[in-house]
Amino acid sequence: MISLKNIYKSFGSNQVLKGVSADVAIGEVVVLVGASGSGKSTLLRCINLLEEPDSGQIIIEGVVVTAKGVAKHEVRRETGMVFQQFNLFPHLTVLQNITLAPIRVRNTPKAEAEALALELLHKVNLEEKSEAYPYQLSGGQQQRVAIARALAMKPKVMLFDEATSALDPAMTSEVLSVMRQLVAEGMTMVVVTHEMGFAREVSDKILFMHDGAIIEQGTPAELLQNPQHEVTKAFLSKVL
Amino acid sequence: MAIDFKLIVDSLPFLLVGARTAIVVTFWSVLLGITLGLMVALGRLSKITPLAVVCQAYVEFMRGTPMVVQIFIVYFGLPRVGVYLPPLLSGVVALGLNSGAYLGEIFRGGIQSIDNGQTKAALSLGLKPMQVMRYIVLPQAFVRVLPAIGNEFVTMIKDSSLVSFIAVQELTYRSTLVAARTYDYFSMYMATAMIYFVMTFTVSRTLMWLEGRLRVGD
Repeated sequence: MISLKNIYKSFGSNQVLKGVSADVAIGEVVVLVGASGSGKSTLLRCINLLEEPDSGQIIIEGVVVTAKGVAKHEVRRETGMVFQQFNLFPHLTVLQNITLAPIRVRNTPKAEAEALALELLHKVNLEEKSEAYPYQLSGGQQQRVAIARALAMKPKVMLFDEATSALDPAMTSEVLSVMRQLVAEGMTMVVVTHEMGFAREVSDKILFMHDGAIIEQGTPAELLQNPQHEVTKAFLSKVL
Repeated sequence: MAIDFKLIVDSLPFLLVGARTAIVVTFWSVLLGITLGLMVALGRLSKITPLAVVCQAYVEFMRGTPMVVQIFIVYFGLPRVGVYLPPLLSGVVALGLNSGAYLGEIFRGGIQSIDNGQTKAALSLGLKPMQVMRYIVLPQAFVRVLPAIGNEFVTMIKDSSLVSFIAVQELTYRSTLVAARTYDYFSMYMATAMIYFVMTFTVSRTLMWLEGRLRVGD
């Protein structure tokens, strides 16, 4: 479904991605792990073109989205993203946060968008917060709203960029349980996380990134129990 | 007592007509200023370099030259190139152009102060850059710069007195007329100052109230 081919990306003189290739199949859950600065967040942001690769191709459902003339906003409406810092819109209520994009981007009638939003809020267990503003919610609640907001666009893939890194353990487990639910529903997901337990439990494939490249990949069983690369071994011994 | 209250009370209706003109001049100038300011801010932030340069030059020129000279250029100067504007409109155009430069800088700062994560999140939902600006960045930036807009409004009320130089019959012009006739400059200008103060104080308090209402958990 998603194919990354030989992606290069630099920020100034700092080369962050050095020829990364990877594939994500429909319904697959792929977890990106690696130390800070290894390029995993940048790679994730390349998928929805929040970062533009310097070279290489990104193909989503047969469409080369990195090609010239492809409208970025059209690519992004099919790829939901959840951020470490939630990034809810503070001037809008929870309901407005969720309905904004369906109404403005998909031209969904307001009533229909709100019905869908309430359904999604029910799913993330926050239906009573629809009229609240983001500042009135805990971090875990904000992140669940952010997931509902991304789902409201009915994306084909969900991208999670360290979605639980800013949360305490109790809130982390709230958010992870919503993510597990998405996995159970067959959502295609690409997840950057430090939650190795979660990765082991739900992922189909783990990609280990180091210094701008994927140096090892495999099923959780392969990669976590029997890492081949010295760097992977050293990293896993610290986080497991 | 040096202040002639009877004279003030007697000339009050005459002065208040001038105060109304001052408000009209201020209102339209600020409206023009906000419109221009928004355009200038977006222009300066745009990736189109010539546009950004033109907007910056405009800001520098307006901030670096006296407002009264700008008023003279519009009223006395433009007729030389065939543009004849009546005094009141000349005043509004000059003040609005001037205010647009200051408000442009205020808006630019406000837009830049909004966390980049907001833009990223909005883009990730499939909004186009102009929609991100309109629905996400500008509403938040506007609330944040409201105090500065309030200051600008107060400044414009006071600076509207400069259009008396081109014979717009606003408050300062009218009080000068009465003072010149009665020779009681002290009473007239003290009264005039008080009327300006009531106007500026009302505006600043109203904006403070509005700011409190619009500020949501920021």
